[in-house]
Amino acid sequence: MSGSSVLYDVPGPRARARNLILGVLAGAGLLGLLWYVYRSLDDANQFSAAMWDPFLYKNVQERILTGLLDTLRAFATAAVLSLVFGALLAAGRLSDHKPVRAVCTAVVQFFRAMPLLIMIFALYQSLFTTAPFWGLVIGLTLYNGSVQAEIIRSGINAVPRGQGEAGYALGLRKSQVMGTVLVPQAVRSMLPAIIGQLVVTLKDTSLGLIITFPELLYVGKWIASNSSTPDGYPYIPVTIVIGSIYIILCLLLTALAKWIEGRSRRGANRRTSAAA
Amino acid sequence: MGRLFENGNLALFRDGFLQTVEISALSALFALLLGTLLAAFRVSPVPVLRVFGTVWVNLFRNTPLTVLFFAVTFGLPRLGVHFASTTLAVIALSAYTASFVCEVLRAGINTVPVGQAEAARSLGMTFGQTLTQVVLPQAGRTVLGPMSSVFIALPRNSAIAGAFSVSELYHFQQTMTDLGYGIFLIFFWVALAYLFLSACVALFFRFLETRLAVAR
Amino acid sequence: MRTRRTIAAALSVLALTAVAACGKEAAPASDTTAKLPTYTVKTDAKVEGSKTFDEAKKRGKLIIGAKADQPFLGFENVASGTREGFDIEIAKMVAADLGFGPDKIEFKTIVSANRETSISNGQIDYYVGTYSITPARKEKVSFAGPYYVAGQDLLVLKDKAEYTGPESIKGKKVCSATGSTSVKQIEKFAPVMPVTQYDTYAACVEKLLSDEIDAVTTDDAILKGFAAKNPGKLKVVGKTFSQEPYGIGVSKDDAAFQKAVAAALKAHEDNGDWKKAYDATLGLSGAAAPEIPALTN
Repeated sequence: MSGSSVLYDVPGPRARARNLILGVLAGAGLLGLLWYVYRSLDDANQFSAAMWDPFLYKNVQERILTGLLDTLRAFATAAVLSLVFGALLAAGRLSDHKPVRAVCTAVVQFFRAMPLLIMIFALYQSLFTTAPFWGLVIGLTLYNGSVQAEIIRSGINAVPRGQGEAGYALGLRKSQVMGTVLVPQAVRSMLPAIIGQLVVTLKDTSLGLIITFPELLYVGKWIASNSSTPDGYPYIPVTIVIGSIYIILCLLLTALAKWIEGRSRRGANRRTSAAA
Repeated sequence: MGRLFENGNLALFRDGFLQTVEISALSALFALLLGTLLAAFRVSPVPVLRVFGTVWVNLFRNTPLTVLFFAVTFGLPRLGVHFASTTLAVIALSAYTASFVCEVLRAGINTVPVGQAEAARSLGMTFGQTLTQVVLPQAGRTVLGPMSSVFIALPRNSAIAGAFSVSELYHFQQTMTDLGYGIFLIFFWVALAYLFLSACVALFFRFLETRLAVAR
Repeated sequence: MRTRRTIAAALSVLALTAVAACGKEAAPASDTTAKLPTYTVKTDAKVEGSKTFDEAKKRGKLIIGAKADQPFLGFENVASGTREGFDIEIAKMVAADLGFGPDKIEFKTIVSANRETSISNGQIDYYVGTYSITPARKEKVSFAGPYYVAGQDLLVLKDKAEYTGPESIKGKKVCSATGSTSVKQIEKFAPVMPVTQYDTYAACVEKLLSDEIDAVTTDDAILKGFAAKNPGKLKVVGKTFSQEPYGIGVSKDDAAFQKAVAAALKAHEDNGDWKKAYDATLGLSGAAAPEIPALTN
């Protein structure tokens, strides 16, 4: 259903007038709020040339670019590793052996409950003091891998039972049923959720800031705290610039997910929502 | 094991735990209210509100929470709004989580059979009545699963507040590390606290599921 | 919708690269660099029996740990990407005596929590960055110095006359760096609890400038730098309540290297370079050069 249209009647003249008034009022309120925000920031000289000046320097632009590349590098590595780790855990959770199932369930539940920040900090302090990149990537892998495992598992469980049973009836072994019957069918329905979780992975690379990995947000903080202007430090301009870059990256990934979803709409479409 | 809790460190741990609970609980409450409102906006007949809801969700779902914390911590004072750092943390967490709540609710609204809304309309119910008395109560049951993962994520996400001057569990972990205690020992206790919290949230949602379950 | 989004994204990426292609270079810092002393590089420098020195020679450059966010002390200039400040000058004058010119030095930003580790595992050759000599640290690393004695102080808005020393902080909001010893020190003077803590002092200063807190507290040397960066707005109260002797951190099991660094420090203190470096950096805050402390390590 198209979401909205079923919930209310096609508006008649009075409802249209009411909706229009509501819309105008809400619009005016929102514009007023935006105007207030703009004015306050302007009064605090947040739009002064000095505040935005750092971004004009070649050195700063290069640093943002290398920060962006470092973010993407951490994201790509963590994405691949978390999918591998997730697939292994999912296989373990679907295993016929009870101990394997129990261990994998415990691992998944533990890492899903643990704040990424706590884990990354602990990894960094204990093993990766000199290699924050790996502290970040392994932290991301453990957490996102556990979430991916759940997505993969529920995707496989969502394939109609008859499919697997037919495979067994043909005399296929479990690995064959998995590899040739269940996984190929499940992948299609899982992809949107998997990519949704990859968006989370991408956003969480920003935690590298805490362990001095020079990713995008770390660079942003460096710019903000090392550029004093007559009106304080350019935290707001930096947040706007760096935030926009993150939003664009995430929207690109989401657009990819939508595109894949559109291509695979024919298949069963049980989705597991990505955790925040 | 006990060595970590010498010199009043136990009190620090307790305070940190309570602070985590406090900001998570407050953020959960506000996120639920705000998220429901946003979901109503997104399905409402007023285009301006629909646009507002859509922009909000796309903005906050795609921004790293840490960036949001920066925006709130350094942005609001420049708007003339002055709050304590715990309040700022609650604002950032609620705004962020509300966008997830909104999306879960919207997906839930879409799963309610079309006939339900049609029946409500044929009885002459308005949009507000249809939504609050017929659709949302039914959507509520189906969204419990995805909603529980959003709210289990909340205490986890609240750890970022520790980097923005809130003395919660991450702050405890940092302080103890600075004092030179073994990181594994600290991690053990902090991990235990978070496991406990997420178990509580999960149990709460399981309880809700059994209470609200209806034969269909 | 989809195409529009893609186009928007493509445009923004284009915009970013276009901007990156035509960024401006940093204007040469006119008056300050002119006053900075230059140090004659010793060509025949030799440190007998020092592993650190031999490795640096083999590598062809010296790797020095420093801070990047302390103005006029250890600071990385955003516009030019160069390092500047008093600590950086100290690092350079010692390097010159070890036979390494400015082009043979690589600075690495090391945050406070990682100093001991990075020194003892050889990630850096030595560390210069508001590094207080304490008994606890001496168990893990060796020090050459002190080359400067700082003390904890308060940074407040210039027009606030009521702040006269640590006692006046009672019931006020104070900010410092997360987990620093400064937090524990100031807590004794009963400020509003808990003390506001961020991981950079710039965040504290921003909060001070936007009137969210009443004072920033840490070593006066660091505060002087921030006061100089925000002229006419901030002032250092000037009543220290702790002693922080800054030293150069070197590996614990390289006594020969520690001696060489200490000797280099002494030579440049005696020939006036120390004073010149101070005047060109921290001295810009208006505070006159303090007495050079006697070397004890």
